[in-house]
Amino acid sequence: MTSLDIVFILVAVVTGGAAVMTVTSRNLVHAALFLGVTLAGIGATFLLLAADFVAMVQVVVYLGAITVLFLFGLMLTRAPIGRETLDSRNRPMAMVVSAALFGILVVLIVRAFGSNQFPATEPISSSVADLGMAIFSTWVFPFEVVSMMLLAALVGAVLLARRQSGDSGTETRVTPIREALDDSTEELDRAPAELGSGGER
Amino acid sequence: MMPLLDVSVAEGLVAQSASILTLDNFWLSALLKILLCTVMLMVVSLVGGYLEHKAMGHLQNRTGPMEAGPHGSLQLVADGIKFVQKEDIVPRAADKLVFAVAPGVALVPALLGFLVIPIGPGVWAEDLEIGLFYALAIGSIGVLGILMGGWASANKFSLIGGIRAAAQLIAYELPLILAAAAVAVQAGSLSLVDIVESQATMSIFGTPVSMWFVFPQLLGFGIFVMAALAELSRPPFDMPIADSELVFGYMTEYTGIKFAMFLLTEYGGMIFMSGLITVLYLGGWQALPGVPLPGCEAAAGISDCGVWGTLLGVGITLGKIMALVFFMVWLRVAYPRLREDQLQKISWLVLIPLSLVNIAIVAIGKVAL
Repeated sequence: MTSLDIVFILVAVVTGGAAVMTVTSRNLVHAALFLGVTLAGIGATFLLLAADFVAMVQVVVYLGAITVLFLFGLMLTRAPIGRETLDSRNRPMAMVVSAALFGILVVLIVRAFGSNQFPATEPISSSVADLGMAIFSTWVFPFEVVSMMLLAALVGAVLLARRQSGDSGTETRVTPIREALDDSTEELDRAPAELGSGGER
Repeated sequence: MMPLLDVSVAEGLVAQSASILTLDNFWLSALLKILLCTVMLMVVSLVGGYLEHKAMGHLQNRTGPMEAGPHGSLQLVADGIKFVQKEDIVPRAADKLVFAVAPGVALVPALLGFLVIPIGPGVWAEDLEIGLFYALAIGSIGVLGILMGGWASANKFSLIGGIRAAAQLIAYELPLILAAAAVAVQAGSLSLVDIVESQATMSIFGTPVSMWFVFPQLLGFGIFVMAALAELSRPPFDMPIADSELVFGYMTEYTGIKFAMFLLTEYGGMIFMSGLITVLYLGGWQALPGVPLPGCEAAAGISDCGVWGTLLGVGITLGKIMALVFFMVWLRVAYPRLREDQLQKISWLVLIPLSLVNIAIVAIGKVAL
């Protein structure tokens, strides 16, 4: 057992424990924070595999952006300040979905990569330059497809967010987003319509 | 006996140029590197804090601290002793664990960032191949601590402060990274040491020109400095702790040593960002564009300096860092706070498009020249 194994076991225990706590914690903010620990642990695992660039991407995208956005969204909408708890009572459904997803992924990964195993003792390190050349020459088409998909998702999210919530389905109108002409903080002459109050105009 | 460190792990984070702290003894070397980062956070930050006290005092026609030590120079040490002695108050409604962990989550990234900042020829802890990316990635974690502190305090002012901090950091992360990306394009490397060296060895049409990146990338420099100020929540971007509206934002409920940790995070962040600006745009440890340090030999005269050249290089870097800290203090006393919507507009509608233009200009220049 090398020191690499010891560090890996420590990281794996922390990551796995935090992952379990993410789904069992009854406090939403705690769950989001444990998710942050889990994602950081995955970053550390990448580091142990000598994939330093991927590890940093993991940190900046998942820890620095996604976890922060989660917490931001929670706190802006329905964060229980302090020590309150929330439960959506979707536990059985969530268990079924995650068990199914886990099964599918395991079968898929074993089918795809089960036969060719990398030597377990020697992580292969590659330079950022090699990685860049690979992404932007050999794999440029999948890369562009993925980026177009992300862009479409972004535009879709903006479109959905600007729809009026409430009466979903047939006739959703666009929420009037109005801006004062100058940069004054004066009240708008008419208050914007309540969310979900369809009807006139 | 098992090996102290597997070679494969050491190869993972590719060190480009060896630091003078890299010794045969792994543990001694690691200890020295940790010491370097700690000194940058604990000592240089305190000097920056003292500079802020005195500069603000004199800019406002008063003297600032005068009693502790000669000319008040030990004021922050005395403050530290006071913070340790104070009662550690935790609000009854607070989430105790998150409340206690938050200052640490904010402070540790500030410490880790100094790992890659080169402050002199050979004087750096690690010269990572992805140094610039590492610095920006580590810097983006600190906001988690602010959000945690703001939420766990169970106080509406703290919560609003935390939310403002998060919104601000999300908005200004993008221009910061995009401006830094333009520097990486021009230098052709993500290693911070390579970036300093490329500012001494640039060539235009085959003619060697020593040029700090602030000159060709004045636009990127302006974007980076503005985004850095916003990332640090320094005035005029200090809405998260706006003391006229939010008491003291996410730090409202903190006392004693935890409050001191948040304060140290702010000063450490200022030193870290100033160091990054120095390395990216102001030529690192070069005294003037094209003037090598005395006693230097390799790489156009910016590495392998003698003892005096190295010390001079460290002094020049720290001097530039302190000049930038003074600039931040100057802005603090000169400008009023922005409004939250103005802040968001500046980032999304002005800085991000400009930084994309900046990248395009730099990329075209890189290919054409």
